[in-house]
Formats: sequence, C-alpha cells, structure tokens
Amino acid sequence: MAQVKERYVGQSVKRKEDAELITGQGRYTEDISIPGMLWMSVVRSPFANARIRSVDLSKARVMDGVVAAFSGKDLAGDWAAPMLMAWPVTEDIKNPPHWPLTQDIARYQGDGVAVVVAESRAAAADAAEAVEVDYEPLDPAVDMEAAIADGAPLVHEDIGTNKSYTWTLTNGDPDKVFADAPVVVKERYVIQRQIPNAIEPRAVLVQPSPAQGEFTMWSATQIPHIVRVAMTITTGIPESKLRIIAPKVGGGFGSKLQVYPEEALCLALAKRLGRAVKWVETRSENYLATHHGRDQIQEIEFAADEDGKIRGYRCRILTNMGAYLMIITPGTPLLGAFLYCGPYGGEAYHVEFTGVFTNTTPTDAYRGAGRPEATYAVERTMDALARRVGKDPVEIRRINFIPPFTEPTPSPGGLTLDSGNYAATLDRALELAGYEDLRKEQRARREQGTVKQIGIGFSTYLEMCGLAPSRVLSALRYAAGGWDAATVRLLPTGKVVVIVGTTPHGQSHVTTFAQIVADDLGVPVDDVEVLYGDTQLAPLGMDTYGSRSLAVGGVAVHRAAQKVVAKVRKIAAHELEVAEEDLEYEGGRFAVKGAPDRAKTVGELGFSAWTAHNLPDGLEPGVEETAVYDAQNFVFPYGAHICAVEVDTETGKVDVLKYVAVDDVGTIINPQVVDGQVVGGVVQGIAEALYEQAVYDENGQLLTSSMTNYEIPAAPDVPEIAVGRSETPSTTNELGVKGVGETGTIASPPAVVNAVIDALSPLGVTDIGRPMSPERVWRTIRDAKEGGAR
Amino acid sequence: MLRHISLTVNGTRHDADVEPRQLLVYFIRETLGLTGTNVGCDTSTCGACTVLIDGRSVKSCTMLAVQADGRDITTIEGMARNGDLHPIQRAFHENHGLQCGYCTPGMIMAAASLIEENPQLSEESVRMGLEGNLCRCTGYQNIVKAILAAAEEIRSSARVSSR
Amino acid sequence: MIPAAFEYERAESVDQAVQLLGEHEDAKLLAGGHSLLPLMRLRLARPSLLVDIDRLSDLEYVREAGDTIEIGALARMSDLATDQTLWKHCPLLAHVCGEVGDPQVRHRATIGGSVAHGDPASDPPTALLTLDAVLVVRGPSGERTVPAKSFFTSVFETDLGPQDVLTAVRVPKLASGTGWSYQKFHRRAIDWAIVGVAAVVERDDGHLKRAAVGLTNMGSTPLRASGVESALAGAEAAPQALAAAAEHAPEGTAPVSDTNASAEYRTELSKILVRRALEEALAR
Ligand SMILES: Cc1cc2nc3c(=O)[nH]c(=O)nc-3n(C[C@H](O)[C@H](O)[C@H](O)COP(=O)(O)OP(=O)(O)OC[C@H]3O[C@@H](n4cnc5c(N)ncnc54)[C@H](O)[C@@H]3O)c2cc1C
Ligand code: FES
Ligand code: FES
Repeated sequence: MAQVKERYVGQSVKRKEDAELITGQGRYTEDISIPGMLWMSVVRSPFANARIRSVDLSKARVMDGVVAAFSGKDLAGDWAAPMLMAWPVTEDIKNPPHWPLTQDIARYQGDGVAVVVAESRAAAADAAEAVEVDYEPLDPAVDMEAAIADGAPLVHEDIGTNKSYTWTLTNGDPDKVFADAPVVVKERYVIQRQIPNAIEPRAVLVQPSPAQGEFTMWSATQIPHIVRVAMTITTGIPESKLRIIAPKVGGGFGSKLQVYPEEALCLALAKRLGRAVKWVETRSENYLATHHGRDQIQEIEFAADEDGKIRGYRCRILTNMGAYLMIITPGTPLLGAFLYCGPYGGEAYHVEFTGVFTNTTPTDAYRGAGRPEATYAVERTMDALARRVGKDPVEIRRINFIPPFTEPTPSPGGLTLDSGNYAATLDRALELAGYEDLRKEQRARREQGTVKQIGIGFSTYLEMCGLAPSRVLSALRYAAGGWDAATVRLLPTGKVVVIVGTTPHGQSHVTTFAQIVADDLGVPVDDVEVLYGDTQLAPLGMDTYGSRSLAVGGVAVHRAAQKVVAKVRKIAAHELEVAEEDLEYEGGRFAVKGAPDRAKTVGELGFSAWTAHNLPDGLEPGVEETAVYDAQNFVFPYGAHICAVEVDTETGKVDVLKYVAVDDVGTIINPQVVDGQVVGGVVQGIAEALYEQAVYDENGQLLTSSMTNYEIPAAPDVPEIAVGRSETPSTTNELGVKGVGETGTIASPPAVVNAVIDALSPLGVTDIGRPMSPERVWRTIRDAKEGGAR
Repeated sequence: MLRHISLTVNGTRHDADVEPRQLLVYFIRETLGLTGTNVGCDTSTCGACTVLIDGRSVKSCTMLAVQADGRDITTIEGMARNGDLHPIQRAFHENHGLQCGYCTPGMIMAAASLIEENPQLSEESVRMGLEGNLCRCTGYQNIVKAILAAAEEIRSSARVSSR
Repeated sequence: MIPAAFEYERAESVDQAVQLLGEHEDAKLLAGGHSLLPLMRLRLARPSLLVDIDRLSDLEYVREAGDTIEIGALARMSDLATDQTLWKHCPLLAHVCGEVGDPQVRHRATIGGSVAHGDPASDPPTALLTLDAVLVVRGPSGERTVPAKSFFTSVFETDLGPQDVLTAVRVPKLASGTGWSYQKFHRRAIDWAIVGVAAVVERDDGHLKRAAVGLTNMGSTPLRASGVESALAGAEAAPQALAAAAEHAPEGTAPVSDTNASAEYRTELSKILVRRALEEALAR
C-alpha cells in the first residue's frame, strides 16, 4: 500500500465519480434492461376529483403485445397495507389510506386508476390509451384557504374535514411579549408550489426470482433502505427477500426521497406475472405523479423594541398536503418549525402549522424542505421591521444576531446551536458585493430616473440539517431513526473499500468520503473505493436527504476508519513487540516512539490480518469495521447572501446583476464540491424567486403541465454566483462538519425578493408575490403608481 | 411497417429495420444499447438527448430514427478517442461541471457543436448556446467554465497543429 | 413520449410529396419535425401518414433574384441565422431566425415548417409579414404565390390546402440604410415570445419615409400594427412621435391569456416593445 504525506481533507480533489458520467457509461435505472422484461404504464385520472364508476380494460387486454391490465380494485388484494406515511406529526393526525392504485375515487389529476403491462414501451403506451374509465367528476378542493372553509368539497369524505393536523410549538410567553412590545410587525406571505424537476425522471425495474420468492428492484430513488422497509409493509414481501438498488441517480432534490405507488406496482406485477417489469416516467407524467414541494400561506409577526431589537416571534402557517400524506408529507414543513427566528435572538416563540388536504398532487420534501419557507418568512419580515423602525437592512440584522459563539448556545426556537459567527459572514458578503458602490449606483439611477432601477437584498439565514438525532426524531413522532452507518474494509493487497448507508445522487460522496478515509488510513485517495446504494451491499443505512450525508454518514465513515486504525494498532504493537501506547500513528504509519525507523504501515498490517499467521491472541483475522453514528444534535450552517437586481420598470423584467453567497458550513472536506453545491442551490432558489410555480386552475387542472411552461431557467437566464467561505467547525461532531446540500436554496429566495422590493421602494412598494414574473412585477409597479396617484 | 435504415454511429455502420414511430433517441439507447444519451423530457426542452448529426447538435428525441437514415451520428460514447478523453470531457471533470451527471452527455454534445461553430466563445455566448440544455444540479456556472476552458484548449491545439 | 403508429414515406421530390399527400386522408408533411413531432409525442397530433420532405436538399438554399431574396422551404434556422446574403439584404429575418428556440432546434427547424405550422407565437412569420414576403406554394394544380398578409388565416391555419407544399419564401431586399429591430420578450431564452415586435423603418431627413411593424403572439395570426404604421407615416423620427405612435399597437389585436402572461399585460407590452423596436430600428 502506497504511503502518502499530503492530507486530502480540505483539498479540491477531482471527483472520482466523473469518469463514467462524462463518457456515457454511468448506468441510471432506465439504462438497465433484463431480457424478456415487460413495460408498465399507469392510467391516470384526468380529473382532480372524480368517482370511478367503472374501469373497462377489455380493449386494452386484447391489443398486440399486451400481457395484462388491472384496475385498482383488481389489485386490492395484493396489498398488505396502504403506502407508508412515516411521520404522524400529531397523535390525532388524519391519514386516510393511500393505495398504490385508487379504487373508488381519484383525488388528484394524475392519481393512478389502472395499469397495463406489455411487451414494449410503445405497446404499453398504446394500451394505456385504450383503457376506458367512466368518471363522475366531483367538485374539487383546490385552493387551500377555501378548502378549510365551511362547506368546502372534501378530499376524503370519510374523515369529514380537509384539516389533517395542527401542530404547535411555544417557547417562553409569547402572548405577554407581544402585548408588551412597543413594535409589532405583521406580514403575510404565500410560498408558491414548486415542481422539483430532477432532470432524470423516475424509473423502476423489478426482477423477480419466483422460485426463491426474491425480488430485486432498481429504482431512481434517494432512499433504497427506506423503500425496502416501506415495500415490505405495503406488499407483504419479506424484507429479507427484497433487494433495492439505487444505481446512478440523476438528481433528487427531495422528489426521490419518497416511496412511490409505481414501486409497489412494479413489485406486485412482477410477483403476479413472474416476469421483470419496468416503468419509466415521462416528464409530463412526472409533473402530475412525482410529489411537489413548498405551498404554504404564512402569517408571521415580530415583536420588537422601538430600536428594532426583536423580542418575540409568532406565526401561523397553512401548509398544503395535496391529496394524500406520502412518506414525510406532514413532517416536511416542521423541518422549518424551529427556524422562524433565523439567527436572531429573542425571548418568546410560537408557531402553529395546519396541514390541509386539497385535490392536488401530494407535496413532500423539496430541496430545503420547510427551511426555505421559514427563512423566507423571517428574512422578509426583517426588512419589514427595518422599514418600520427606520433602519437599514444591514443594521437591523446586526443588532439582532446572536453574538458569536463556539460552545452550544440556545435559540428562541428552542434549538441548541452548535457554533456560529453570523456577523462575520455578513461582513464578508458586504465586502465581496462592493456594497457601497452598489448603493451609489442605485442612488445615481434613482436621481436620473432611468427605466432600469437597481435594488439590493439580503438574506442572513440559519438552517438546521444533518437529520438527525434519533431521540429528537422520536420526540417529533417520526417513525424511524436518524443514524447512519459505514463499513471500512482493508483488502489484503492494500486497497480500501468503504461501504456507506447514504445514497448519493450528485453529492460527490465517492470522492469526499474517500478523502476522509484516505487521511485516516494514510493511503492515496485513489486506493479507496466507496460503494453505496444497494441494500444487499450496505444493509445499514438511512440514505440521503436533509443535508445529512456528511454530517451523519461522513462521521460514521470517519468512526469506522478510526476503528480500523484501533484494530491494526493492536497488530502493530504485537509485531513490533511494544505496548500500544508506545506507538505513534501518523499518515498511515505506526512507529515506535523514539525509534521512528521501527514502523508498520496500515497496508502491511492489513496483510498480516488477512494471513492471520501472527496475530495477538484473541484478535479476529481480517480488518473490517462498521460504525453506526447517531448524532446528539443537528448541525447549523448559516451565512449571508446579497443579491443586486436590475428591474425594468416598464416591462417588469428582473435581471440579477450580482449575487454573493458567503456560507459557513463548518469544516470543508472539498472546496470545489462545496462551492458546486452552493452555486447549484442558489440558482435553484433564484429560480424559485423569479421563475417557477406550479399553477392549478379552479378545477384542479395543472396548467404548468410541462417543461415548456414550468419555467426552469437555463444558463442564459441566471447569473454567475460569487462564493465566499467561512469555516467555523461544528461542535456536534468530531469532524466539525455541517451540511451544504440545501443552504443555497434556503437562503436565496428572500435575498432576491428583498432586492426587487428595494428597487421599487421609492414607489412605496413593500410587498410582492412570487415568483416575480415580469407580469407580477409590472402589476406591482402599476398598482403602486396608481396607489400613489390616488 | 418496418423501414430499413443504415447509418453510422460513432464511426460504426449499423443496419436496422425500425418502426417509423421509433424516436432516434430510443433507437440509439435501446436498439444500439448506447445508453449514455439520456431522456429528460417529452417536450424537446431539456437537451439531455443531444447528439451530433453530421457534426451539428440535435435533440435526438425530436427526430425519427428513419430520418437518420444515411447520417453520421456521434453520441457521448464516441467522444473519447483511443482511450483519450475529449477536451470537453476533461474540462467538465477538471471544473466540476457535473454533479448527478444526467444532463452531462447532452451538455457535452451541445458544447461540441458550439465550439465547432464558434471557437471564439465568450461567457455570454456559451450561456446563450446552452439555452436548450437544462441542469438542475450545478447552477450552470462550472459547465460554462468547463466549456470556455475546453474551447481555449481546442483553439490552442489547433494553433499548435497548424504551425 | 411515443407517437401513435403511422405510415411513413420519404418523398424524393416536391411533386411526389404532393401526390403522396393526396393518397391518404390524414397525411402530413414532415420537414424538420420540430413542431410536428412534439405534438405527436404527446399524441396531440396523430397523422396516419408522414410524408418526409426533410431530405429534399435542393430546397435548402438562399439566393438573390433581382430585388428579392428567395429562400428554399427546407432552409434551416441555423443556416439562415448565419447566412451572409440574408444578413446583407434582410438582416431582420436573419436575426429572427437566430431567435428561434435553441441551437439544437435551429439545426433542424425549417423556415417552411415554421411558416406552414401557422403558430401565432412563432417569430419568423412575423418577420415575413413585416417584410411583405411572398410564399411560393406547389399543389395538385401547380404553383401559385401567396402574399404573407393573406397566408396566415387563424391559429395553426394557413392558406395551404391538404395537398400543398410550401416550396420557397421570397423576401424583398431592404434598401440600404433601412433600420430594423426585433424585440422578443420572453421569460427564459428558450421560450416562445410572450410578445414579439418586428419593425422596419426608412428615414428621410429626420422623418419616417416608411415604417412596417409586425406583432407576434398578439392574436390568432401574426399581425401588422397598422394603427402604428399610419401614425408613423411621415412622422418625425423623434422619441415623442415614436412613443405616441406606439400607443396604437394594441389596435386590432386579440391576445390570449396563459400561464406566462395575461392578455392585459400583453397589450401593455406591445406598446412598450413597439416603441423600443422603433427606437432601435432608427438607431441602426
Ligand atoms: C424547444 C423548441 C423551441 C422552439 N422555440 C421557438 C421560438 O422561440 N420561436 C419560433 O418561432 N419557433 C420555435 N420553435 C418552433 C420551431 O421553429 C418550429 O418547429 C419549426 O420552425 C418548424 O419547422 P419544422 O421544419 O420543424 O416543421 P415540422 O415540424 O416538420 O412541420 C410543421 C408543420 O408544417 C408542415 N410543413 C412543414 N414543412 C412544410 C412545407 N414545406 N410545406 C407545407 N407544409 C409544411 C407540417 O406538415 C407540419 O404540420 C421551437 C421548437 C422547439 C421544439
Ligand atoms: S429529452 Fe430531448 S430535449 Fe428533453
Ligand atoms: S449535473 Fe445533475 S442535472 Fe446537470
């Protein structure tokens, strides 16, 4: 085994995963085929709410190449239980059954009502078209506020309400604080629905082994381990007979943090037919059948002193569940529930969430999950407070930041924060943005009255990630744990294999985890292989979401490597005939203290462990160590983002002129990877602020039904992002790492919106809806001018 | 009725009988087994399926396989030559121009056509040239950087070889 | 994603295409396929026969013919966007072809397909209408020419009969010194125009000698902004006169509302964009 002196952690090691992806050799689920496999196609309801009077499969069944066709009722006996919902956030939550195919009523446009299976993709598509469903359209509940009004149509008749749950959290005495405070600002924000749009649509392939009763499923999922448990619950197939593989996965952003009906259907059909079954989602189908994100109406209040120092926070949130509760639909908004105070101080806190059923595609986690919503409410309200007390947005933030700390510190939301120096990121961001020059330019344009006006917006956010301490999850009524696992194996020839329970789909675990292990074991990074995404290979794992992979999975990797070091230390002491304490370990080499030439490398010791010719008494041969890490706390990245926009005051078109992101995500393993995550996240958040919205009409028809009118920006539509870093190690784990997968998406929307409001502030504009489409900006300007003229 | 076509893909001639409705992208992926070319949409928007046809970038989801009869096609699998990565591929790796990698083959093929048509690319012209390729992971910045770096490398090696 | 099944014939000549179209009830021509195939993939179009004219390469040309430029129906947007002859004599059209879709789309999409499809959101038809182009059509009873202003009849409807093939587009050369502009307003670069405005102006001594203004996506066909044109006749080439004329942009329009813009907003945009187009055209 080669010895290395340099450390990898902190270096921009080029990604080990790239080679196959840049040559077209990476295998995503759709790329995998099995001879004789069948194709499944799902017949979906065109109506948002409709009773299914009958399903006529006779025409489809006799078509060329068609093998079978089933209605929801036909398959009713195939299910051991409905689809799993794993986060009943309150004791009395309403969770009506969600079957893989609906049997009586279609509850959203896209709800599956039948399946066909055929010898080819084309035959399956033809057959799906030939299925005749007799629907009785019912009035749908589409608008969230209307859905909870008296007399609204019910999404689920039998539960008698469209309210799924109400969840509250109170710290301190908010009523008193609000009664006493000289200043109270109250705002209302609408967080529009988003469609996640991983560029790889979903795909599932199930291969049965009928004689053994075994099934292998390839799925474009972020969570093979959770899918396995959930599939056992829904299909009754023993977990021990189910192998789930997430091969290359083309992005997820939360949309593949889900257990989907099509996974259950492919399994059930493969079991019934004894043949492999494949399903590949089309993009338009994805817009209906893959969960959506966000969709909240927020009322938020800050109580403050006259000088703008905040005393308390209070908010009420309606959050759209869609038609069914999927894996963590109800819990998703609560991931932000502790953050409606940002990185700011205060003594009282109250939040109330009400989950509402509507006849729309179910919602669930979308990059940031709950935290972008919270950050948006807080950062917008900070600006409202600044306006109210006559302070500048920078000053209002400075006076309210929790002062710098390196020991765990409580927050008004009830969290124990790990480490933070909030003002430092703001200072750095101001410097990078050239703040004074931007303001100068803004003044000049205002004086000249030019058509294109400039605005500057801020977002100084705090987020919590690294899901999660299992005990905390238990207190929040989440059904599973938040630990993760890793195994480090020394091979006899000196190479290292690392098996992880996290499931990357773009996050670069293969490189960054190898960097950690290479440093721990003193081996070249190229000698470390990181394997993942297969329940047979990595039986222990909780997968990838909530920016947890490094902060939980990465720590498990490090601990497993440390266990390896501890084991081979015993062999080193034995071979060098000294006590373990007499060894110094550095860079993969154990040397006798005072006699540096007497030494053994980890590689040599791995070989000794394999031959087992001369091991200390009682020590098992081989070196393979597993660590399971359950964090004691979350991690809390934070930062300051500044956005400068140019608004065409005639047409309403907004261009981002400059965007600066300074984030502190704790210890950095790979700067290039971190910057890549930040930039990607920021751009996704800019898209949320300016471009993207899932629009339903009053009948529950999705109007933004394809990529041609759901506006995902491309390269010319978004700016270059200037990234600055700050590095304050977390106190939650020994690596000092936090998470970076979601920071950009969490931070950026309010920065962009605040900037547009700032640009239009001379007109008296203090609010604008999202996304800030040209028409919406134009209307805002027009209304402000008309208001001013009145 | 099946139609006979013969075409060249990555330098190899193929003959096949295809259904007229077979899209070129599925011919490439399923008939030829070249699965590097991806499908990300059904509206010709995402560009994941981009290949070169007679040297020009085309969305292979928006062409019938029968229309490719007699054409010369290059897919992502044909970019590396004799084990050497194409400069664009190398630049994507060096500049971290990919995360999940799903958009990457389409981005690389679109870039090859852009550079071929205009080696004097600027940041703005690269961004404009990628208007038909969506990436949800990278925010595009490193993709743009990679393409500029590759264009520079291709320009300078052209200078060297013309000397 | 998979079109419904259809028959396919590749035409070796325009005449053969005309004949094949006559043999099938729901036959359709296939050129670059960038309007037709997207519709077929979503099964919003289900022709029984496709007559493929994509390979009629003798219809891929741009040539000068006296004081007009003639463009073959199969000329690709990308070639037109870089064609030297076109840039010299009809820069507006060359520019507009470069505004269509994205590079991949432009490598395939043909000018003939763009015109024949009759989508009021398309850019090239507006340019052709503004330039007083003439369309050359071959049908069962031979060849005829149709002025652009009577070619576009409604949404996705044109003067073309079921057996007609558009073979060429003839565009008058612009006099040297003619100013032009195309203002395409959209959210993303790849999007169709929410509103587009084409303008061509000839100046004479500080006054406008001639002005032609066309509108994209402001009604069921591409439109000429005749109210603007008459307000500009002989007007002073000065900002106030342009702005006043631009106020006439909405006359005779009937824009739709969709997820990107309401009719009301399109109406406002048309005024702003007409003014900007005129300003830019005069500055060129
Ligand atoms: C992603 C994308 C973005 C786009 N963006 C824009 C845009 O921004 N602006 C814009 O203007 N357009 C845009 N388009 C449309 C594109 O310009 C048109 O698809 C193209 O110009 C049509 O030409 P085609 O050769 O592809 O036609 P086809 O799709 O082959 O044919 C279109 C129709 O015309 C008929 N037809 C074709 N040729 C002839 C002929 N010679 N004679 C008679 N009938 C004929 C066909 O039967 C068919 O009905 C976009 C398309 C895509 C896919
Ligand atoms: S798959 Fe071809 S453009 Fe999206
Ligand atoms: S790298 Fe994931 S879509 Fe581009």
